[in-house]
Parts: sequence; structure tokens; C-alpha cells
Amino acid sequence: MAGNVDALYIFLIIVSGLMTLLIFTAVVYFAARYRHRRGVLAEQIEGSTPLELTWSIIPLGVFMVIFIWGAVVYFKERTPPRDSTEIYVVAKQWMWKLEHAEGQREINELHVPVDRDVKMIMTSQDVIHSFYIPAFRIKQDVVPGRYTVAWFRATKPGTYHLFCAEYCGTQHSGMIGSIVVMPPAQYEAWMTGGTMTGGTSGPLSVTGEKVFAELGCVTCHRSDAQGRGPNLQGLFGAPVKLEDGRTVIADENYVRESILDPGAKIVAGFKPVMPTFQGLVSEEQLNALVAYVKSLSKSASAGASSAAATPPSTNAPTQGSQVQ
Amino acid sequence: MSMATPTIQPVVRENYERENYLNKHYGVGSWLLTTDHKRIALLYLVSITFFFFIGGFFALLIRLELLTPASDLVQADTYNKLFTMHGMVMIFFFLVPSIPAVLGNFLVPMMIGAKDLAFPRINLLSWYLYIIGGVMMLHCMLTGGVDTGWTFYAPFSTAFTNTKIIEAGLAIFVAGFSSILTGLNFVVTIHRMRAPGMTWSRLPLFIWAHYATSIIQILGTPVIAITIVLVAAERALHLGIFDPKLGGDPLLFQHLFWFYSHPAVYIMILPSMGIISEIIACYSRKRIFGYSFVAFSSIAIAVFGFLVWAHHMFVAGISVYAALLFSLLSYAVAVPSAVKVFNWTATLYKGSIHYDAPMLYAFGFLGLFTIGGLTGLFLAALGIDVHVTDTYFVVAHFHYIMVGGAVMGYLGGMHFWWPKISGRLYPEGWAKLAALIVFIGFNLTFFPQFLLGYMGMPRRYADYSHMPEFQILNVFSTAGATILGVGYLLPMIYFLWSMRYGKPAPDNPWNAAGLEWMTPSPPTTFNFEQEPVVTWEAYNYDELDAPHKQEVPVVR
Amino acid sequence: MSDSSTSNSSLAGLQHSEPLGHGKHHPELLHHFADVQQQRNSASLGMWVFLATEVMFFGGLFCAYLIYRLAYFGDFAAASKSIDATLGATNTAVLICSSLTVVLAVWAAETARRTLLIGSLILTMLLGLAFLGIKGKEYKDKFDEHHVPGASFSFENVPVPGHPGQYANPQHAEIFFALYFVMTGLHALHMVIGLGIFTWLLIMAWKGRFTPQYNTPVEIGGLYWHFVDLIWIYLFPLLYLIDRHL
Repeated sequence: MAGNVDALYIFLIIVSGLMTLLIFTAVVYFAARYRHRRGVLAEQIEGSTPLELTWSIIPLGVFMVIFIWGAVVYFKERTPPRDSTEIYVVAKQWMWKLEHAEGQREINELHVPVDRDVKMIMTSQDVIHSFYIPAFRIKQDVVPGRYTVAWFRATKPGTYHLFCAEYCGTQHSGMIGSIVVMPPAQYEAWMTGGTMTGGTSGPLSVTGEKVFAELGCVTCHRSDAQGRGPNLQGLFGAPVKLEDGRTVIADENYVRESILDPGAKIVAGFKPVMPTFQGLVSEEQLNALVAYVKSLSKSASAGASSAAATPPSTNAPTQGSQVQ
Repeated sequence: MSMATPTIQPVVRENYERENYLNKHYGVGSWLLTTDHKRIALLYLVSITFFFFIGGFFALLIRLELLTPASDLVQADTYNKLFTMHGMVMIFFFLVPSIPAVLGNFLVPMMIGAKDLAFPRINLLSWYLYIIGGVMMLHCMLTGGVDTGWTFYAPFSTAFTNTKIIEAGLAIFVAGFSSILTGLNFVVTIHRMRAPGMTWSRLPLFIWAHYATSIIQILGTPVIAITIVLVAAERALHLGIFDPKLGGDPLLFQHLFWFYSHPAVYIMILPSMGIISEIIACYSRKRIFGYSFVAFSSIAIAVFGFLVWAHHMFVAGISVYAALLFSLLSYAVAVPSAVKVFNWTATLYKGSIHYDAPMLYAFGFLGLFTIGGLTGLFLAALGIDVHVTDTYFVVAHFHYIMVGGAVMGYLGGMHFWWPKISGRLYPEGWAKLAALIVFIGFNLTFFPQFLLGYMGMPRRYADYSHMPEFQILNVFSTAGATILGVGYLLPMIYFLWSMRYGKPAPDNPWNAAGLEWMTPSPPTTFNFEQEPVVTWEAYNYDELDAPHKQEVPVVR
Repeated sequence: MSDSSTSNSSLAGLQHSEPLGHGKHHPELLHHFADVQQQRNSASLGMWVFLATEVMFFGGLFCAYLIYRLAYFGDFAAASKSIDATLGATNTAVLICSSLTVVLAVWAAETARRTLLIGSLILTMLLGLAFLGIKGKEYKDKFDEHHVPGASFSFENVPVPGHPGQYANPQHAEIFFALYFVMTGLHALHMVIGLGIFTWLLIMAWKGRFTPQYNTPVEIGGLYWHFVDLIWIYLFPLLYLIDRHL
């Protein structure tokens, strides 16, 4: 991925370099060659429409090439692969809190296995931050009130800078961390080793199931069709028909909004009775709930019981963390 | 077509002792209550120079802090205020007004053959609004300042910082009103007060550039005004327009903010491009190549400039489709700027080039604006922007355009028209030296920042002690900044010196085309004894030079 | 005047228009204009350009309003229902009448009808004051109902029109009211400025300064008033009539 960005960058350097050289040479040459001399008058040239068209259309053509190349790279950057390992990120002034799906929590550090697609599902507790890993050439603003997503696939083990790239107050330049990319065996050892900076709490979806019960969600969102709220089995990733006729896809932001502002999108056939949990649930709890709802789709499609399947944590890296 | 045969005036001692706009009335009151556009231009000149040095002082402190990785010169909070105030002062109190309020005010009526702008009292009001805004900003800075960055993004600015956002916002609001009124004045003047025979296609490109700029000022500035009103209201009354905890949308702020602030950068560069056209034409002794294309490209930049604002938001959380659209449009707006550079270069072809100081600034502009503009292509490329946005790459890009482009043009224009404004010649040797120092200092300051940006150094960082590998380039940058500072001080000094000791200037020392040169240096209060009737095309250098088989000597 | 062999000789060979003598021009002609027509045209264009800036100024607010209305339609409908559309409609009628009186004033100035001019100006101002009075009543009602955004805001258990059983989200309703107060408040501020302008026009009219040859201030003052009226004509249905049915 970073290679693609660098390739485009080099192309741009070449194009810019050539253009700069062209202009510089022309200016220097003309300035010298046509330096004023006694008895030699300037020649008044009105212009040349063919020339104008040429030097409008050719640059426009070059720009279109750059645009398309940049767009293709961007598209890839903004489309996380399907089975990426998910990391929930909560940014706050002035630190990064990262939680693996299996429950390992880190502060300002992210351990990932090499050659694995990793997707960050991010939100902020306070102001806008920006998740920036220069080595991977990715950056994504982290906005309060919604989830934004970024992804990468590290190809070389090592430790890489993580910066906050959106000014966020006093310690903006202190909001620095590291991405630690490890070979698979080392990563597995780390996952079970218990040395992560934030401790561990068991799989996020299990935490989510607990929160789901504690907050009383299970009263209305039953796993049959009798509940006052929609059955959440198989919900995640599927289209949802709303009572105003729209159809939306149930993604992370949909689940989040449904918890914090349930009146925004009423599912067709249901009454608008869900209370809001704005102010009653933290970002971490929201992440856990989102993870739980996701797990209901995976296990539903796998035919397992409605309780979230808990992978043994030692197996997690090789089975892929998408199994919750 | 009858034509005057302008002759180079022998230097007549009485020229500047004759009654002119400077000596017609004396006393502070005659200046503070003037409606003469030329005096108002000088009022602006003094005020914006003052703010330029304030902004420059902040820049110096920033660069000194960045000499070392640790935040050791100033604390992080102070640093955050420094870059915020540097940005706000430089943008709203220097760059946006500078060329239109100083050179535009002075020259627009003269170039079109008018006695003054359409609304001279509103012109004076503009200056007072600028001063009031400036005083408010100074007070704000002296009593604590602001630390949000000049972009004051919500919700940080509305709900988290405890610095003086409302006061700074109001200062910018008032200054913005000044900008709107200047733009309004220019539009009406250019439409309604051109002398007989001064058709649109005979207008100097300086006028076209200021016309396009004024359109942007008129249509864009009110949007940031209302944004400031909303931010102030949200802060004071805890509304929820931009705060997600109250149901608001932080991205709405960004859209509203950038809807003005992107066109604002064209307010800052278009007038400079107008100056460059005038200088290159004069010192090549020929009409600008492709006059109509250059004229219309100014209008095209103004129009397209309103359509690209979200290219500041590619990683902000906008949809991929929006990003694609804004990237495409950003490439479209690059084309007219490129066209201008090509036309200026082509003007040199078969010209008769002089290397006077204003021309050196124009050459500098061509180089630096080209580089700055090309790096804009990098930023408009979505895949690249993700990596370099919010880093020093962007900082370098916009400084190349603002400083390498706008300020170079401004200095070139100040030199070019100085004899007309003051009735004195500046010392050419020192001027050339200053141009060279500025060029070298500028490149040393800002080129390393492109590299820093691609390496990943984020902007607005007080402390980079986790990344000591960034230090060497920062040291180069600071070294360049000190050289640049010297380069800026020199013209200050010798312009002041020339007002008393400079050689008296003839009416048209450069034998330049344009109605403004057909007045005394300095001009009388009403510019023209009698309303001119224009029967010739712009840039009639063939007529100006024709009678002289020998090259016209420039009076020194 | 100037000796043609010295500084102005660069213009000596040019054709000139009639040099402007003194004593022949209209007393209201400002010195930097060539003639009264140019002055009038400039003033008129200046006011139109200024109104364009006002469109952009209000435009930002209208944009914010439209975005939130789309996002929170039900809540906005509930909030809109709680403001008094009868008062709003009355105000609309008041302003439309005031635009009529403005037109009369301009015509009166152009046709030297002093009494009608003064009467129309006074009537316009009275209607403007009536508008502000009604607005004041509305604001007071909102204050009493705790619908003013801020610490004492309350909007509990207000049903969303057309959706039985659903209640409006108070946070979203607060956004409606925030926009309501900013938009109508800004509009009211412009009305106050308009009253100031018309006071000045009234004084000038009383002194007899307006003639068929010179009545530009009335014309451009009128333009400003019409514009403020037009803003209200957009504000009224947008704010007061969301999802209402007769």
C-alpha cells in the first residue's frame, strides 16, 4: 500500500521536476537571450490560441492521469478488506486507547502481526484527532460522535511511529505512540503474555454481551420475533428497511446511532419506544456493544447459538480475529 | 489614433515639491479623515506593515523553538498560541488586505482614469474597520491569545479550549467586513468609473486580477462571518450546532469554514498575479502574451475556487465520492494558474528584458509560484494527500504560494510603483540585494519542510523529541528564516530612507504603459487634471518605445 | 491651469472630455463622479453588490438549517409546531405591506410628492416597528416555554407530528431553536438597521433633499428594505411551516 503511494509520489516528482526545469530553463534562457540591447526593440506578440489550447489541454491530460492514479490508491485506502482484524480505537486528549477484539487493551501502542490486514474502527471521546502512521502512509481523522475507519497491512516487522495529526490542544505533540509489528509466533506470545499496557478483559464481544444485559437491552431485543425491538441476529452488515421507506446498511455507525439516538432511524414495523443511551454509555462500552452485535451476525451465519462464540485466545491469530 | 508622445521627463526639482496628494494638506486630521484613495492606501501600508512584523515575530519564535526537538524555548501551550496567532495575523491582517488595500486602493482609480474609487468614505470606513479589528486582535493576543490554530476547528474551539475564541473571532469578523467593503468598492468602481474609451479589453491585467479578487471577497467573506457568529453563539450559549455531544456535526463547521477559506487563498494570490503581469510587461517592453487568456483565467480561478473547498477535508471523514469530486475539481482549478505561468514565460520571448529589482521579484515569483503550484498537484492527488495532509508538506506548499508568490509580488509591486507613490526612487543596488536575500532565505526556510512533511512530521507540533531525525531539516529551515527576515527588513529601511534622501522620481521612470504613469510622481489629489479619453490598447509598449531607435534609458 | 510643457504634458496630446467646471453641476454631485448619472448608477450597483454579500451571509445559516432539517426532520417538525404560525403569518403580511409603502416612497420621491414620501416613510417604519413588536412577543413566549437554548432549555415529551408514540429528541429540537433564534435574531438586527436607515431618510426627506433628479438614497434604502423583507419571506415557511397541514 505504501509502495503505491510512493510510486505516485515519485511520478509526481518527475512530472513536477520536468515542469519546473522547463519553466526555469525557458525563463533563464529568454531572460538572457532577450536581454535588452541598444537599438533592438521587443517584438509585440499578441498571443497564439493554438498554443493556449495546447498548454491547457496537455496539462489537463497529465492532471487527469494523476487524478485517476490518486483516486485508485485512495479507493483502496478507504476500503478495508473483508476479513480484517478489527481494532477499536478511542482517541482522547491526549492518548490513544486501543482494544483488540479479543480484549487486549493498549495505551499508545498497537501490537499487530505482520502480513495481516488490520482495520481500526475509531472514535474520539472529545475533540477531533487524527490517526497517522507515516510509515504505512495512512491517516484518518478520528471524529467525536461517529466511527471512522482506517486499515493497513504491515509487511515488515518493526516499530513504527503513530502520530496524532489533527491539532487537539496542549499535548497534541505528545499524543504519540508506536505500532509494533511482530512475526506471527511472537504476536501470539504477546497476545497471551499479559504484558499489554492496558490489561486485558476478555473478548470484546463478551464484554459487549455483558453490557447488553446490564443496560437492559436484552429485554426488548430478544432473539425471537416477539421483542419490542428488532431481533439483532444477523443484523450487522445487512440492509435494514426503515419506516420512512429508506433502506440503510447496518454498519458500525448505524449501531452506534441506534444506541445514542434511536429516534433517528425507526425500523419498519416497530414503534419508536427505544430510550436513548446518550450520556449513559462510554465509548469503550459502545465499542463492546458494536462488537457484540457483530458477533451475532457471524455466529448466526455459522449456525452457532446466539451466545457469542469465544475463540480460545491462543488460536486467535491463526484463525483470524473475525471469529468472535 | 492620435497618441501622446510621452517623453522621459528631465528630473525637475520642483516635481515633488509641487502640490501633490502628500503635501496638499498637513496634519494628523487630514490623514485620519481623508477620503483620498491614495492616502488611505498609505494608511493601510503602515498598518499592514505593522501586522506583518507582528506575524513575523511569531514566526521567528516558532522557528527558534523548532531548532531543538524538545519544547524548551516555550511551553506547549505557548507554542500552540504562537502558531495560531501567526496564522490569524498573517492571513487576516496581512495577506488578505495587503495588495488590494495598499496597491489596489492606490492604483485602481488611476489605472482606469478615475478621480477616486466609487465610495471614498466607505473606503475610509474599511480602513477604520481594519484598525478596529486589528486592535481587538492585539488586545486578544496581549490578554492571553488563542490556541486553536487559525482554523479553529470545532468542537475544540467551541467546547474545549478556554482561550479567547470569541474575541479573536469578532476581530476577524470586523476585519472581514473591511475586506468586503474594499471588494464592493472595487467592483463598483471598475464597472462604473472607467474613463471614456477604457473598455474591458483595454484594462490592465492588474485590474482584471483585482476584479476577480473582489468577487471572491464579496461572495466568500460573509460565509466565514456567519461561521464565526455560530461559533461564538455556540461557545457563549452552549448550543449544539457543531458539538456531537449535543446532536451537532463537527464536519459542518469544516465545510462552512473552508467554503470561505479556500477562496480566501485566491484572494491572497490573484492580486499578486496582477502585479506580476504589469511588471513583466514593463520590463520585457511588450504586451503580455495571451492577454485575454490571462484576464479570463483570473475570473476562472475565482469561479472554480469556490468549488474545491473540501480538498482540505479528504481525511476528515467525508464520503469517498465527495473526495473524488473535489479532487477532480481541484485539478481543474490548477489549469488557469498554469496557463498564466506559461503566458508570462512566453511574454519574455523576443522581449527586451531589463533586470531591475521589480523584475527580479517577478522572476522569483515565477520560480516559487511554479513550485508551490506544482506541489498543489501532490495535495490534490487523493492517495498522496492522505499521507501528507496535516504535515509540513502542506505548510511548505502554502508558504511557497503565500510568501513565495503573494509576498514576492507585493514587494515587486511596491518597488515598481514606489516612485509614483512617493515621488522618490529607491536605491536600486540595495533593492536587487534584498530580492536575492529574500529568494535565498525563502527557499532555505521552506524547501526542507517538503521533505519533513513526506517523512511524516505533523504540523503544529511543539515538541518532536520522539523523532530527533527531524532536527537537521528544522535547523536549515530556521537558518533560512533568519536570512528571510533580513531580506524583509532591508526594503523597510531603504523605502523609509528614500522618502527623505532618495532621488526625486520623474513621472514615468520606467517608461511604463498605463494611465497611472501619465500623472505626476507623486500624483495630485484628483489624479488627472482632466478626464482622459483612452484610444489605445493596454501595454502599448510598441508606441512607447517606437520613437527611440536606441533603447530607452531608464532614468536613474 | 497646468503649463503643458511640465508635469502633465504626458496627457497634452490626448483628447479630453469636457473639463469639469464648477457651478454647473448638481449640488448633490460628489466631486469624484463625472456626472449625476454615474453617481446614481454607482450607488445602485453598490447596494446590489452589498445585498449579494447579505445573501451569502444568511446563506451559511440557511445551509446549516437545511442540513439539520434533513437529518432531524421529525424533531424539527415538532419544534416548528410549537412556534406560533399565526404571529409569523401576521408578520409576513406586515412586511409585505411595508414593502408596498417603500415602493410608494420611492415613487413619491421620483415624482416630487413630498407628503406621500414622508407619509410612506413613516408608515414603513411603523410597520417595521410592528414587526419587531410581534417578534418580541414571540421571543417572550419562547422564553416562557423554556424553548430558549441554554441551561433552562426543556423540550420533553413533545410528540413528533405524524408519528404517534414518537417523541422529539430534545437535543435536536434545541438545534432547531438555536437556528431559529440566530436566523430570526439576525433578521431582526437587519430590521433595526433598516429602521435606522429610514430614520435618516425621513430626516432628509423632511429637509426637502429629495427631488426627481436626486433620490438615490430612497431608492437604495428601499432596495435594502425589500431584501430584508425577502429574507423573512424565506424564513417564515422554513421555520414556521414544517410539515404543517391546513
